[in-house]
Amino acid sequence: MIRVENVTKYYDDLCAVDRISIEIQKGEILGLLGPNGAGKTTTLRMLTGYFLPTSGDVHVKDYSIRENPLAIKKLIGYLPESAPLYHGMLVYDYLDYVAQIRGIENGNKVSRIRQLVDLCGLGDIMHKTVGELSKGLKQRVGLAHAMIGDPEILVLDEPTSGLDPNQIVEIREIIRRIGKEKTVILSTHILSEAEATCNRIVIINRGKIVADGSTETLKQSAHLQSTIKLSLLNADLADIKTKLAGIDGVVGIEAFEGDDKKMIGIKISCGVALDLRKAIYQKVKETEWILMEFQQETHSLETIFRELTKEN
Amino acid sequence: MRQITHILSKEFKDYFVSPIAYIVISIFLLVTGWFFFSTFFLYNQANLRNFFDLLPLTFAFVIPAITMRLFSEELNIGSYELLLTMPVTFPDVIIGKLLAAVAMVAAMMLPTFSYAVTIAFLGRLDWGPIIGGYLGALMLGAAYSAIGLFASSLTRNQIIAFIIGMAICFCLTLIDKMLFFFPQALLGVISYLGADVHFQNISKGIVDSRDILYFLSVVFIGLYGTNLAMQEKE
Repeated sequence: MIRVENVTKYYDDLCAVDRISIEIQKGEILGLLGPNGAGKTTTLRMLTGYFLPTSGDVHVKDYSIRENPLAIKKLIGYLPESAPLYHGMLVYDYLDYVAQIRGIENGNKVSRIRQLVDLCGLGDIMHKTVGELSKGLKQRVGLAHAMIGDPEILVLDEPTSGLDPNQIVEIREIIRRIGKEKTVILSTHILSEAEATCNRIVIINRGKIVADGSTETLKQSAHLQSTIKLSLLNADLADIKTKLAGIDGVVGIEAFEGDDKKMIGIKISCGVALDLRKAIYQKVKETEWILMEFQQETHSLETIFRELTKEN
Repeated sequence: MRQITHILSKEFKDYFVSPIAYIVISIFLLVTGWFFFSTFFLYNQANLRNFFDLLPLTFAFVIPAITMRLFSEELNIGSYELLLTMPVTFPDVIIGKLLAAVAMVAAMMLPTFSYAVTIAFLGRLDWGPIIGGYLGALMLGAAYSAIGLFASSLTRNQIIAFIIGMAICFCLTLIDKMLFFFPQALLGVISYLGADVHFQNISKGIVDSRDILYFLSVVFIGLYGTNLAMQEKE
């Protein structure tokens, strides 16, 4: 559906995006993650045809952004960061104008606008000027702007920034619903959001792709140590340390203060990509210890993100 | 073509939704009305000569005020990004905005037609120069709008856009009155560059292809410059 080929963008001497290639299939919800200034917005702007890449090409379906930008723009609905809409216009007038530009027939226009008003919850603000709306409401109008032409591809730059928690949930719900039929590309720096909405995640840092895959594959492939937490009763620390240290793959054992003073809490760091739960359980079973808690800490996207994007 | 009309109608409505149109039109009518009628009865002639004589100078101030927001505002609030990611081309945007400014100039000129009607009651009015004058005003308005549009595409600051636009229009209006500053060899070219002469020809009722060509060239150069400025932003 979308092919980003070796795209590079320079702002004067600054290289914002460095030879990025992504292929996006129909129906994917792709999350573009990265720290500030990583090149997320620049990538999206090239994808939507706001400006051309310095080198490389973007193909959407069979069109190239260099040769056929208009055809691509027809296929894409775009919500730029912080929804920069015309301040002086009424919300209704604005949506009406966008519908016209998007080539919606006069007969369908009102019903299409009404659909979006329901979907984005704009019912109460249609007669207000855009300038007097709060950031969250503006964001919703921007979302309606992006969706009004019923585009096959939706590109959203930080769609939930500035929204309250209820609205965030609503917008995510909308995105997931749209994602069933359409291709959605969104950028965000909120990791839980990417985890909740996207089925594929691309992490970029300093203009380069550092990770690409579903949340699960990312977690598996990010060679990180896993940690197992145990709480034991009827045991003593020195004994635990000697016994558990004998298991292959245990890198370190560390005690921690639990809520219950009678219990001994320990954290076992395991080697890369190893699941030691079975071995540890068997070891514990041989003893008189009473196992109160047993938990493997899975690495969240956050850890992976920090690992991949931290400054050297 | 359809996109041009959508952009035109949106921009034209914007003038009247905000107070700009009303302020600009009232100031324009006050200035031209005062300068025209304050001497009208002294001359005791039933024509609009005086009104059209002064028009290029008034336009040089008023039209950049109309056009200053067309690109600067979009660049400033960032809606430029929304505009360019919709299925429109540069020419759609540029021509749509130019036509909106020209339509605004026409709306501004419309009330002054009542001068002609009033004068027609006072004496025998020759309608030829009047029609020529309005035709010329429209062409002059289009030329100055194109220049103002170019100025607006250069900066996100509306005040700077206004000043640049006004400076260029002002030069075009007055350049043929400053010919003694220039070397003899250039006089022909420079006097051709002045907008005033071409406008006065048409407003005498003489519609010459050279004058029309002049205004079309100014419009074209203004739009071409705007196009370049937009491409530069890529």
